[in-house]
Amino acid sequence: MQLMRIYLKFDFNLVCKAVLQEQLDALGMKYTIHGVGEIEFSRPPTPKEEQEMASLLGNYGIEIMDDQQMALVQRIKDSVTEWINDVENPKLYNFSTYLSEKLDYSYTYLSSVFSEATYSSIENFVILKKIDFAKSLILQNNLTLTEIAYKLNYSSVSHLSAQFKKTTGLTPSAFQKIILKRKERALTQK
Amino acid sequence: MPLHTLNIALADDDDDDRTLFKEAMNEIKIKTKLSLFNNGKELMDYLILPNVILPEIVFLDLNMPIKNGMQCLYEIRNHPRLHDLLVAIYSTSSSEADIEETFVNGANIYINKPTSFGALKQAIEKVLQLNWQYHTSALNKDNFLLRI
Repeated sequence: MQLMRIYLKFDFNLVCKAVLQEQLDALGMKYTIHGVGEIEFSRPPTPKEEQEMASLLGNYGIEIMDDQQMALVQRIKDSVTEWINDVENPKLYNFSTYLSEKLDYSYTYLSSVFSEATYSSIENFVILKKIDFAKSLILQNNLTLTEIAYKLNYSSVSHLSAQFKKTTGLTPSAFQKIILKRKERALTQK
Repeated sequence: MPLHTLNIALADDDDDDRTLFKEAMNEIKIKTKLSLFNNGKELMDYLILPNVILPEIVFLDLNMPIKNGMQCLYEIRNHPRLHDLLVAIYSTSSSEADIEETFVNGANIYINKPTSFGALKQAIEKVLQLNWQYHTSALNKDNFLLRI
């Protein structure tokens, strides 16, 4: 039998939003989705509706958070992701301004909530997300490192390479080589 | 799911290394529960038990009697229930060929056993912080590679 593998790339925000819409429509309540992590209802759900919603969303690994702080941390993370993935818009002002305006809290407050809950700073998380995004772009293979650096708002390729190395312990090319070898091996083994 | 405690497993045949690792872990802020194994076979026998709570991350020494780290890594990546585990190789070898081979075989992290206690603590802290983020954020685990 001839086996064939194909590789997929996901737009997680889009997938999550589609799943949410599908499940919330089934519930029959009026709602608005604010970003992926926040939903506003036109009226408070009854306990029965809340239970039904929890079970519908639970099927997709989506949980309703009851902890305000964890919910805020999640919104910070979602905002970071949105900020980084939105490569088309030029970054006219800095991230801390964007974040505190978007979430309507002071950046100092957001930083302290984030650090307490995740053992890491917002700045570190931004770097981690940027490098995670750089990895997926490197593996798409049709972009040069210079183009990737530009897309991710790095001042130069060497700045991107240095941050990549500092975050992962590997150079971008060593990373690419390892992932390609893994894929080759997976193909020859099966 | 808010994650409150990280479950960690370490397989290392060296008594002193296990003790140092445990002490370093105790001094780190992140809440952890550590399970220790004397060799790869003990670890694998444990991981395949039914109903076992799988660790969020497994640290593997490369050179161990009975079943070495590379064999464990191979078995983990080819086991239907275990193949998503995050695996950190924890070894004295700093040969580039060894390091690349473990990554290609599916390791997520390669740590050169640090020579001082301070450096060990720092390395473990970095790994756990990152690991925490990978379990609580939408980051792509397939591309998770870290070398320390």
